[in-house]
Amino acid sequence: MKTFGGPALFLDRSDINTDEIIPAKYLTEITKEDLKPYILEDLKLSGFDPKSEKCRTARVIVSRDNFGCGSSREHAPWVFEVNGITAVIAGSFARIFRQNMFNCGMAAIEASPELLELLFSFAGADDVVIDLDISLQTGVVRGGGRRERFVFELAPFDQALVTAGGWVDYADGKY
Amino acid sequence: MGMTTAEKIFASHVIDEPFPGTRVLRLDVVMCHEITTPIAIADLMARGKDRVFDTSRIKAVIDHVTPSKDTKTATQAKILREWAHRHDIKDFFDVGANGVCHALFPEKGFIRPGYTVIMGDSHTCTHGAFGAFAAGVGTTDLEVGILKGVCAFREPKSIRFNLTGTLQKGVYAKDVILHVISLISVNGATDRVMEFGGTVVDSMSMESRMTLCNMAIEAGGTSGICMPDMTTVEYLWPFISGEYATKEAALADFTRWCSDADAVYDNVMNIDVTTLEPVVTYGYKPDLVKTVVEMAGTPVDQVYIGSCTNGRLEDLRIVAAILKGRKIAPTVRGILSPATPQVYKDALSEGLMEIFMDAGFCVTNPTCGACLGMSSGVLAEGEACASTTNRNFRGRMGKGGMVHLMSPATAAATAMEGVIADPRNYL
Ligand code: SF4
Repeated sequence: MKTFGGPALFLDRSDINTDEIIPAKYLTEITKEDLKPYILEDLKLSGFDPKSEKCRTARVIVSRDNFGCGSSREHAPWVFEVNGITAVIAGSFARIFRQNMFNCGMAAIEASPELLELLFSFAGADDVVIDLDISLQTGVVRGGGRRERFVFELAPFDQALVTAGGWVDYADGKY
Repeated sequence: MGMTTAEKIFASHVIDEPFPGTRVLRLDVVMCHEITTPIAIADLMARGKDRVFDTSRIKAVIDHVTPSKDTKTATQAKILREWAHRHDIKDFFDVGANGVCHALFPEKGFIRPGYTVIMGDSHTCTHGAFGAFAAGVGTTDLEVGILKGVCAFREPKSIRFNLTGTLQKGVYAKDVILHVISLISVNGATDRVMEFGGTVVDSMSMESRMTLCNMAIEAGGTSGICMPDMTTVEYLWPFISGEYATKEAALADFTRWCSDADAVYDNVMNIDVTTLEPVVTYGYKPDLVKTVVEMAGTPVDQVYIGSCTNGRLEDLRIVAAILKGRKIAPTVRGILSPATPQVYKDALSEGLMEIFMDAGFCVTNPTCGACLGMSSGVLAEGEACASTTNRNFRGRMGKGGMVHLMSPATAAATAMEGVIADPRNYL
């Protein structure tokens, strides 16, 4: 089974939209792989550089409320997927983005305010790694010499999609 | 216990509940455009599943960049075109017959009260104006919709917006929806249906109702929904007159989808629009709204009139009434894109096109174009655009550009003054 987690990238802002994740001008690309260089290209956030090593090596994104709002473009999860990001943990998600993540077999984890606070308390460290166990719905965050365990919740349908690797095979087999 | 329109539509379309709270619905219409569909087609082919569930329930259009501007967009158009021909999809609209999806498909009579509708486009919520459940989805959901005619949703709760009072001169559906979004914020309706009712909505045209529902997604809403009534019947009558003996019979059939008086809502908001003034957005989120009076004098480089929000005949008539016999400011580029070929023809025969062109507007063919910064009016870095579209994200109409969302009337007044201007001075 696919493993979830790895180096974390903290994006400390609410309402990060799909145009910031992947600008519309790249929607003419026909393959997911072609999107790769343009990840988060239009995101203006102090201390964040989309071309940085940190952005390249991230496997988990941690952010605030209403992550992925705006367009329905699945190019947003895809640009994460081709860059090796397997999970986004945020205070809340826009509906279409959240569904797109699960449909692609990736995880969009809604964090309680306490969990979000815990995760962001690590944001100052340079070496933060978050490991996730999707079936047990538990995680471990470590960095800056600290280590904490946490739990999260996924809806049963969302978990089934991640486990099945996406919605197409699930639906075609069943309906 | 009574039911909301959304609950009634869910109850009548559910085919499976694989997990508590997740409903798989049968789809009445699956709509496709050339930006989000080609990858779905490619994936279906790669899986050896190049099939469609029902050719008559699939509608397709090339609208975002048309006519194609380069090799990549031409390739996207080609993939969609060949797929539509291969599967004998009759309702496919190519160059010459194409227009902005959420204006074109309603105009063709494809949407009916009680329908379930999906499209790989976030503004699919527009079609809820007909009393339908219409939701934007990603490419994978679209792919399954094309293949199987089903889509999974969480049972949505509804927020009811009772809009009462009287809209003042110069205040339109666009001002109302921007005001509503500013009240509840950009995620105020996430996982919720925004149900619009009350006397203000009752007296709105279908075009205005579509403007309201179009921007539900800008508050995170799954769908906008208006109650079907005689206005809905009149709009659809050319398409349904063979199905019903009288308009009253159609009305009786349609209104069974209306929310019950004792339906339960997640929240009810009563909004008196009487004191509402024309409004404009001022930042990079659609809930950052100020009155036109507060924003008056803000310079713009371009004025854009069009899109699935405000590119219909009703909108163009409002713009023409203000522009008639006048000229736009020499410092401003005016671009107007009628949303569909029919809107274009009607505007032409009513003499509106002459007014726009005499005023100094460039009239483009029907397309999304500049709305998402793809073609026909992309902004340069540091430029500002007064726009009748629905989204003002940073870079939306061009990298480094600022978009001020507003009604067609405010856009017309702004075009003439070259700075954000109050339309009430011209009415
Ligand atoms: S006009 Fe703009 S908002 Fe509407 S469908 Fe086209 S790109 Fe999307």
